[in-house]
Amino acid sequence: MLLSALYNYWVVILLMMTGLYMVIAQGNLIKKVIGLNIFQTSVFIFYISVGKVAGGSAPILSQLTTVYSNPLPHVLILTAIVVGIATTALALALILRIRQAYGSVEEQDILAGDGQC
Amino acid sequence: MELILDIALLSLLLVTAVYIAWTRDLFAAVILAGIYGLLSASFFMSMGAVDVAFTEAAVGAGISPLLMLSTLAICGRAQRANPQRALLALLTVGVVGALLITATLEMPAFGSPDAPAHLHVAPRYIADSMREIGIPNVVTSVLASYRAFDTLGEVVVIFTAGLGVLSLLGLRGDVREEPIHSPMAEPSHLVLRVVGKVLIPPILLFALYVQFHGEYGPGGGFQAGVIFAVGFILYSLVFGLEAVEKIVNRALVQALAAVGVLIYGTVGLLGIVSGRNYLDYSGLAGDSVAGQHLGIIAIELGVGITVASVMMIVFFVFSAQLARGRAVPHAS
Repeated sequence: MLLSALYNYWVVILLMMTGLYMVIAQGNLIKKVIGLNIFQTSVFIFYISVGKVAGGSAPILSQLTTVYSNPLPHVLILTAIVVGIATTALALALILRIRQAYGSVEEQDILAGDGQC
Repeated sequence: MELILDIALLSLLLVTAVYIAWTRDLFAAVILAGIYGLLSASFFMSMGAVDVAFTEAAVGAGISPLLMLSTLAICGRAQRANPQRALLALLTVGVVGALLITATLEMPAFGSPDAPAHLHVAPRYIADSMREIGIPNVVTSVLASYRAFDTLGEVVVIFTAGLGVLSLLGLRGDVREEPIHSPMAEPSHLVLRVVGKVLIPPILLFALYVQFHGEYGPGGGFQAGVIFAVGFILYSLVFGLEAVEKIVNRALVQALAAVGVLIYGTVGLLGIVSGRNYLDYSGLAGDSVAGQHLGIIAIELGVGITVASVMMIVFFVFSAQLARGRAVPHAS
């Protein structure tokens, strides 16, 4: 019973930790951005799971049903997804500029390049 | 049945995420990130979050991998191993994860209708939005009317991110001598060219449908903007950037990104002019429901224009970088 009640939240945490691990442990900046995206999506999944009401349908009003999922998390996450891609694009643009300046996107090379200055 | 679907989708998500973390081939990681996006869209669909699923399918499985692939094409697909920090990271992640899992034990059960999240504003949105706003899609009512100020902030963030990409990579790229050739725009990709040409008009038409039907079904400015931009991005992938620049004036797209935000802000000001609060559309027409309709259509249009323009700007800037990266392999 505990499994079906909390399974979603546990998977969210595991996904979040996978993303966090990628951000901390992996030196490649592109991989870090992918890790941030996984972290971000895990938060989306958390919100949408919280918004789910058992037996509720999509929050588009109709005559057929009276139980709906909570629309508020949907609104927050819908806009967050599009904001997320815009900020990802900005991160990737920064990575391209870093590569122009340092000739590499590996954290070790970038730190070594800073040490020479 | 719902539970099995839920567990299956989440397990697939987890396997995909772990493999992304494990693989050192960035190309595989990006393609798997696309699959991850599609899986999470399916999950949102199974949770009844149709608008969110729509957006995630267009963004997570569409534009996001494309941008990452463009970056990979410049930076290379190999990732160096970095073993000395792996142990420390695993330890940190393990401790944080264990603490979070302990915290979930006090969470209300998944799907429980009397969870605190469902007791406060949501019942009001569901019960009163039909009377106050008069449109069936509650998500659109909340997005464009009840929480319109919040959405304005988000549109400004998207606009700012577009400006950021442009100032980091774009402004110097305007002057160039030779035309840019897309690697896809070769005669050998005949199937892609024919299929692409056939697909583009339906994609644009569908985007307009999503834009203007967002009040009655899943959809709205955010989704429509992304889908509209995808039509042009597909064209530039298949026929090359220069072919797109014959139809799309770059300066015009940059101006349109600002025009969308301006439309949104101006509609808000009209609310003040009509004697109400900022972004309160009730006074825009004779009766308040008609005013709400008018206001929502106008701001959704603003959102759609900004999102589409920013996505197009970002993609065009990235593919211009890619073409230059190919011409000069080591810019350092």
